[in-house]
Amino acid sequence: MASRAQRLPPGLRIVLIGFIIIWLLMAAFPFFWTLWGSFKVELDFFSISNWTNALTGERTQAEYGRAFTGAGYHGSWVQEEFWRHVINTFIVCFFVVLTSLTIGTLGGYALSRSGYRYTFWLLITALIFRAMPPITLVAGYMLPFFEWNLWGILPTTIIVLVAINQPFTLWMLHSFFQNIPKELDESAKVDGCTQFQAFRHVIIPVMWPGVITTGLFSFLLAYNDFAVTTMLLSENNRTMVPEIAAYLGTTYTEGNVMFAVAAVVSATVPLFLLVMLFQRQIVSGLTAGAVKG
Amino acid sequence: MRHKTFFWFILPTATAMLLFIALPIVSVLIQSVFAPHEAVLREVENCTPLVGCTTETTIDHDATRALREAQPMGRFVGFEIFIDRGHLAFSEVAEAWSASDGLGGFADQLANLPFYRAMAFTLTFTFVVTPLVIALGLVIALAVNALHVRLKGLAIFFSLLPFIITPLIGALVLFWMIDSRGVLGSAIQWLAGDPDLSLKASTGLMWVALITYGVWHSAPFAFVIFYAGLQTLPMDQIEAAQIDGATRWQRVRYVVIPHLMPLVTFVALIQIMDNFRVFEPIVGFNASAHAQSLSWFIYNDLGGETRQLSSASASSVLTIIGVAILLSPVLVRTWRDFKKKT
Repeated sequence: MASRAQRLPPGLRIVLIGFIIIWLLMAAFPFFWTLWGSFKVELDFFSISNWTNALTGERTQAEYGRAFTGAGYHGSWVQEEFWRHVINTFIVCFFVVLTSLTIGTLGGYALSRSGYRYTFWLLITALIFRAMPPITLVAGYMLPFFEWNLWGILPTTIIVLVAINQPFTLWMLHSFFQNIPKELDESAKVDGCTQFQAFRHVIIPVMWPGVITTGLFSFLLAYNDFAVTTMLLSENNRTMVPEIAAYLGTTYTEGNVMFAVAAVVSATVPLFLLVMLFQRQIVSGLTAGAVKG
Repeated sequence: MRHKTFFWFILPTATAMLLFIALPIVSVLIQSVFAPHEAVLREVENCTPLVGCTTETTIDHDATRALREAQPMGRFVGFEIFIDRGHLAFSEVAEAWSASDGLGGFADQLANLPFYRAMAFTLTFTFVVTPLVIALGLVIALAVNALHVRLKGLAIFFSLLPFIITPLIGALVLFWMIDSRGVLGSAIQWLAGDPDLSLKASTGLMWVALITYGVWHSAPFAFVIFYAGLQTLPMDQIEAAQIDGATRWQRVRYVVIPHLMPLVTFVALIQIMDNFRVFEPIVGFNASAHAQSLSWFIYNDLGGETRQLSSASASSVLTIIGVAILLSPVLVRTWRDFKKKT
């Protein structure tokens, strides 16, 4: 590809590689540092006297007899029952992804196949909705949810997250469906299929790459949300992220910061695996919206 | 597609958005012009033979409850909440305007009003982070593009981490490092030669830390978009520029960047939308004493024992107006493009 004349001069090459190394350190080092530190006691991870304590684990050594300890994990998972919130998170994520893909696929398909002017307006409305900070809507949910006793339970949060997800899902699936040639379902209609049958038998079998990518982003939105889950879930039903935020209030005072550190590392692991397995889909999903404009 | 078929296909998603996005906006609008009922007071006269009569004011619980049940929305107050001290604070602003002699003094006075302080931080954050993200993303994309093929995948993997991470968790991870007892915090204290240097004590440092977090979190997004754009670079134009004697920098400036320009607009649009809602880092950094954003302002009203719905709603309405103003140039442009097409 790159011709000889475009090859980089050695000086520039070194500068670029140095820059990349610095950036990758900035991007990844905080996570590895926190992972490492989560197996120490608080006085090592937040060392006042000497920062190398965090590496050698001097206090951890003194307290537990070895350089690593699972005390933070034991504290958060067993003592504070963090596993409950992990289960809640996965329930919420599963149903959010399922529902938003089901209704989003139908909507995105319709938007990509209809040439009327209102599709443009629907997409623009979706864009405006996408721009709303979710927390501005939360004030509007509170009163009716309290009134009808819907506040605090998982199904309500799932539906709200699905709705907040829809604008983005619609845009993304719309652009994926536009890449599937119209002739495909039109020829099925010529053969006597209704629009829905054409969708069911011709489009569904070929749409999976786009749907999986969109699903990944729906998952991320549900998993990463803090504003909605912290406001709409009662204490027992909290998902991981608001629970970690709640730790900050209580454990800072009780000296159990390491519980929060262990919980944070636990919540990072699924995301780490996700990027490892689906890096290609995430990149293609990010770019799909951009290339279409 | 016929109108009727389209309608049935779009119905579920449209219903979800109507019920949980459009209606809440309406409900927020309505709530913002109603305030909770004040307690109904009742005067009771107590007469004791020796002391004489005293009147006591007590809260009439039954009447208060009856009133609250009769009108659950509260009492209509118009735009009163919008202009109170917690929001646009018209009277305070007018006072500050007449009392201060220069623009600087006026700005100082404004900074004491919570809403203007939140607005100042939100706008600063949005308009500092967005250009930095675009610049950093572009440089990373150019650098990764020059790497060996095998290393590219690895570089993309590690670059994606800060973007994919839950914002609150990412903020905490960074905060624990730059805390005065954390590894970076100690390093900075050592570099500055000041053992008392601490984020918690300095507004300026806190703003810098929050902006650093913002750039760290969003730069991978810009990078991935620009990197994808670089894969479709017109090689013939690059070669033509080279034959014409353009230096490497000139090729980047006059061929690569114009090619990426639509993507820059896209990234800027998404980033402005996302940075305007900055919220999680303020919770994660425990920064509310030094920096408040509009979203945090609403969160603060909604949380806690007393849920101040009216005040939160008024802030929400003002935030939505802010989003609308930020988006309007884009919307106008899209509308013109659309007009041209049809």
